[in-house]
Amino acid sequence: MAHSARRDSPELPDFSLLKRLARDQLVYLLEQLPGKKDLFIEADLMSPLDRIANVSTLKEHEVDKLYKVEYKPITSTSDQLCFLIRPRIKTVKWICDVANADKATGKFRRYKIIFTPQKFYACEAVLEEQGIFGDVTTDEWAFYLLPLDDDIISLELPEFFRDNFLAGDQRWVRTAGSALHLLHSLYGPFSKVYGIGRCSKMAYESWREQVAEGEQRTRQAEIGRVFLIDRDVDFVTPLCSQVVYEGLVDDIFRIKCGCVEFGPDVTSDKSVKVMLNSQDKVFNEIRNEHFSNVFGFLSQKARNLQTAYDKRRGMDIKQMKTFVSEELKGLKQEHRLLSLHIGASESIMKKKTKQDFQELLKTEHSLLEGFEIRECISFIEEHINRQVSMIQSLRLLCLLSITENGKFYGVDHLLTFANLRHLGLLVEQQPGETLTVMESKVGKLVNDKTAGKLTDAFSSLARKSNFRALSRRLNLVPKSGEEYDLRVPRDMAYIFSGAYVPLSCKLIEQVLERDGWTGLEEVTKLLNGNEFAVTGSNGADSKAKNDAQRIILVMFLGGCTFSEISALRFLGREKGYKFIVVATAITNSSRLLESLLDNHV
Amino acid sequence: MMKSKADEEDYWNSSKFKAFTFDDEDDEFSRLKESKQAVNSIRRLVEEDDDEDDVEKVSWSGEPVGSKTSLFKTNPDDLSVRLYAPELRKPKSEYKDYVSDWSPEETIQRMQQGKAFSLEKFRSLQDKLLLLDFAVSAHDGNVITAVLIYLKRTLGKEVLFRELESRQTALRHLIQYLTETRDQRLLLELLRSLCRTGPCTTGREHLSITDENKRRDFLKSCLSLPFSPEDSAHVQDHFTLLERQIIIEATDRQAERGGKVEIFQKFPRRASILNMPLVTTLYYCCFYHYTEPEGTYSSSLNIRQTFKISEKQYFVTALAARAKLKAWSDVDALFTSRNWLGFTRKKSPLSFQRVVDILQKNSAPTQVLQDYVALVDDAELRISLAQKHKCHDIVINTYRDLKDRQLLLGYRGKVERGSAEERKIDELLNNPRRRWK
Repeated sequence: MAHSARRDSPELPDFSLLKRLARDQLVYLLEQLPGKKDLFIEADLMSPLDRIANVSTLKEHEVDKLYKVEYKPITSTSDQLCFLIRPRIKTVKWICDVANADKATGKFRRYKIIFTPQKFYACEAVLEEQGIFGDVTTDEWAFYLLPLDDDIISLELPEFFRDNFLAGDQRWVRTAGSALHLLHSLYGPFSKVYGIGRCSKMAYESWREQVAEGEQRTRQAEIGRVFLIDRDVDFVTPLCSQVVYEGLVDDIFRIKCGCVEFGPDVTSDKSVKVMLNSQDKVFNEIRNEHFSNVFGFLSQKARNLQTAYDKRRGMDIKQMKTFVSEELKGLKQEHRLLSLHIGASESIMKKKTKQDFQELLKTEHSLLEGFEIRECISFIEEHINRQVSMIQSLRLLCLLSITENGKFYGVDHLLTFANLRHLGLLVEQQPGETLTVMESKVGKLVNDKTAGKLTDAFSSLARKSNFRALSRRLNLVPKSGEEYDLRVPRDMAYIFSGAYVPLSCKLIEQVLERDGWTGLEEVTKLLNGNEFAVTGSNGADSKAKNDAQRIILVMFLGGCTFSEISALRFLGREKGYKFIVVATAITNSSRLLESLLDNHV
Repeated sequence: MMKSKADEEDYWNSSKFKAFTFDDEDDEFSRLKESKQAVNSIRRLVEEDDDEDDVEKVSWSGEPVGSKTSLFKTNPDDLSVRLYAPELRKPKSEYKDYVSDWSPEETIQRMQQGKAFSLEKFRSLQDKLLLLDFAVSAHDGNVITAVLIYLKRTLGKEVLFRELESRQTALRHLIQYLTETRDQRLLLELLRSLCRTGPCTTGREHLSITDENKRRDFLKSCLSLPFSPEDSAHVQDHFTLLERQIIIEATDRQAERGGKVEIFQKFPRRASILNMPLVTTLYYCCFYHYTEPEGTYSSSLNIRQTFKISEKQYFVTALAARAKLKAWSDVDALFTSRNWLGFTRKKSPLSFQRVVDILQKNSAPTQVLQDYVALVDDAELRISLAQKHKCHDIVINTYRDLKDRQLLLGYRGKVERGSAEERKIDELLNNPRRRWK
C-alpha cells in the first residue's frame, strides 16, 4: 500500500511450468496402466493433486473411481488398482494387506503404486517382506514442487520437520536436494548459494552431487541467488502469534495448500472454500498488512465500491449497457471478496478478544524483550492451571525457554516447571467441552513423552540458543517506548507489531547485503555454525544478468510461516529484490508443536 | 532428479524426454552407446543416463525390457545380467567377479541414484560397516535405512547394537525405522541395550495397548527400565495413576449402574476416567468425590497428596468443578482461611480477577460473583469487572469511596429505573453530610 517501494523490481519467473511438468508426468504414469482403474489417493495428497490435475483429467486417463486411502479393507471392484501415495511404511503395509486379502480370496487384480515425490527402499522392503514384491509395480512421480502463489512454492512435506529435526532421520535430504536441482535446471544456473544449518548444508551437497551426475546446460538464468535455511536456526519466529493478515488467517482458520475454508461465522451462510493468492485482488492488498490496518483498508474499499455502483444513477441506456458488460462483473466479484474478508476480520476480532489476545501478545513481547520475566512466568502458569489450551501453553513455554535460555529458566525448565508443580502439559479442549478434556504430562506417558520430545527438539538449539545475545547483535528487538507507526512500516519488525524483527529474515537481509557471512562471525557462532556461501561457476558473468541477481530463492527446510513471507516481501520492496519462498511446508506455531506431539501416531 | 531404474517398465526412458526436455542426451555419448548396443545385440538399453565411469565398466543392467526383477537385487548371480550385459573388455567367465567389484562407496552411490545394486556380497563385518559409514556420509536417509535393513537381517542384534552405539546418525535412523514398522520388541531391546552401556537419552517407547489392565502390567514392567531419575518418577506416577483409575472406574461404574447415588444420576459421567490425565482425574474427583475423607482412593485430597499437586493447580481445578455443580458454599470454603486470632478472611492463590473469570464461565449468579469482584484490589479493575458483570453495589460503593460525584451521577443512568440501586444512588447523592471531591 503506502510503501515507498522501489519500482524497478524484476519480474518473477513463471512457475506454472512446474505444474505442467508434474501434470504431464502424472498423465504418463497413469497411461502406464492402460485400461480402467480405480485410483487411491493418500489423504494429504488430495489437495496438492487438486492443484495439478482435476478429476476430468484423471477420468480422461481412464481413472474410474477415486478413493481416499483410509487404511480399511477396500470396496473397489475394479481389476486394476492404482495407489498414489507418499513413501510411508504404514501406507505400503496397508496396500500389502489389500493385495494379500485379494490373494486369499483368489481375486486377481493388477496393482500399481506411484510414490511421490520418490520411493524409499524401506517401502520396497515392506513389499518384499509381505510377499507382494513383484505382484505390484512401482513408479515415482517426481512431483517435488507445488507453486502455491507467484512467489511461494511448497514441497508439501510437513513431516520433513519432525523426521529431520526430531528423529534425526535424513530421508528427505536428497528430496530437498532434488527439488533444488529441479529449480536449478529450469530457472538456473544459480550464481551464488548461501545457507545456514546442518540440513541446509547436506541438501546443498546433495544438490551439487545431482548436478555433477547430470549434465550442465547453459541457459539464461532467471534465478540468480539462493539462500537455504534450517528451521532450527530460528524457532522463535514461528512460535510467535502472527498479526499480519495472512498469518492471522492461517493461525485461526488454517490455510491448507493455499486454500482456506471460511465457516458460517465468517460467511453467515454455509461454509465456502476460498483460494488465497495474488489472484484475489482484495486479499492481495491486505495479506501483508498488520491486522490493525486491515479494517480501515476494507472500509475504504467498501466506500469506493459503493461509489462505483452509484455511477449507475443518471446513466442512459447505452452507458448502462457498457457498465453492465464491462464493469459490473468485476464489481460484483470485488463485492463478494470484500464481504468475505470483512467477515473473516470480524471473526478474527471476536476470537481474539475472547482469549485475552492483548495480554498474550504483551507476554510474548516481554519474552522477546527479556523484560518482566516473572510476570510472564506467572501468566504462563495460570494459563496452564486453567487448562486453556495445551498448544498455547506449550508455545509460551517454548518461547520462554528459548528466549531466556542460559539465564535462569532453561528448556529443562519445561520439564521442571511441569514437574515441580505437577501442572502438566495440557491437551486442547474439544469444542463444546469445557474443562473435562484435558491432559497432564503425568497423566499420560504419551504426553510425558511430548515433553521429552520438545526437550530433544529444542535442546540442541536452546542450549546454545543465546537468543538474547543474537537479538542484541542483530538488533532484533527495537527499543521499547518508541512509537511505531504500523501503517508506514520502517522495517520488518512491523510483522510483529514493531516488537521483533524475525531472526530468519534478518539473517537473509544481512547475508545478501554483505554477499556472504563476513562480519557475521559472532552471529554464526551463536547459531552453531554450519553457514556457507558458494559462488557458482558462472558467477563471473553475473553482472550481465543483473535482473536475475535480484531474484532470490529462499528455501526454508522444516517450514516457513506466512509472517516470514510477508517480511521478505517487505524487504524485497525496500531493496528492489524479488523473493521466492520455497518451503518444505507452510507452518505456524500450532503446526510446529502439533508435529511434536505423539498422540497422532 | 530423474533416476532410471533397471527393473521398471521402460517408463523412465521415455518419460524423461516427454516431461523434461532440458535433460537431453549428449550426442556423442549416445553414439557410443549405440555402437555398444549393436555389439551386444541388446534389444534396448534400459539405462541411458549413466555417467561415463559407469559406461566404462558395465553400468547398464540390461535386463529384457519389462521384466520384473527385484530392484533390491539380492541375487548376485542374476542370470539376466550375465546374459545381456557382458563387460566389453573382459571375457564372460570373469564377469561374475566383476559385478561384485563395486566398492561400498560405489554401491552407496548407485543406491542414491536409484540404480541396480546388490548388498549380499558385503559379508564381513568390516564391509558392512564401511557400507553404513559411506551411507551416513552421503546424508541420504533413504540409503542409510536401506543399509540398516540389510544389517539388521544379516547381523546379530548384539553386534548391530554395539556398532550403532558409536554411530549416532545411523542409530537414530534405526530407531525411527523400528518405530515406523512398529517393531516394538526389537526397539525395546535396542533401547535397553543402549541404557545399559550409556546414558539413556533417546526416545521412550510407547505402546498403544488398549486394554487398561495390560497397560498397567506393561507399565509395571517398565518401572524396572533404567530411566533417568526424573523420567522414572514420571513412569512411576503414570503407573500409580492408572492403577488408581482402574479402582475408581470399577466402583463408580457400579454406583452409576446401581442408580442409587444421586450425583451420578444428576450428572451422568460423560466418559470413563481410564487413561485420563492427572488434572482431569483431579477434576473428576473434585466433581464426584469431593466430600470423601482423605483416606479413600478417590478423594480429591488424596489425589492431591499422592501426586503432590500444587496449591494453585488444586485450587483452580476444585474451583471449576464445584462451580460447575453450583456448590457455592464449597466455593466459598475454598477461599476461607483463619488467621491465628480466629478471624476469617478470603485468600486466593489466584488473582480474584481470574477467580471471577472462572466463576463467570461456570455461570455463577451475580450475587456470587459480587462477593469476589469486591475482593479485587485494584479499584479501576474492580469497577470494570463490576460493570461487566452488573454488580451495581460494588460500582456504587467504589465511586462513593472515591468521593466521585460525577461518576456516580453518570452511573445512575445505567441502572434500572426505580430499582434498589437507583434508590441507593439517590440516597448517597442527596445526603448533605457526604463530601465530594
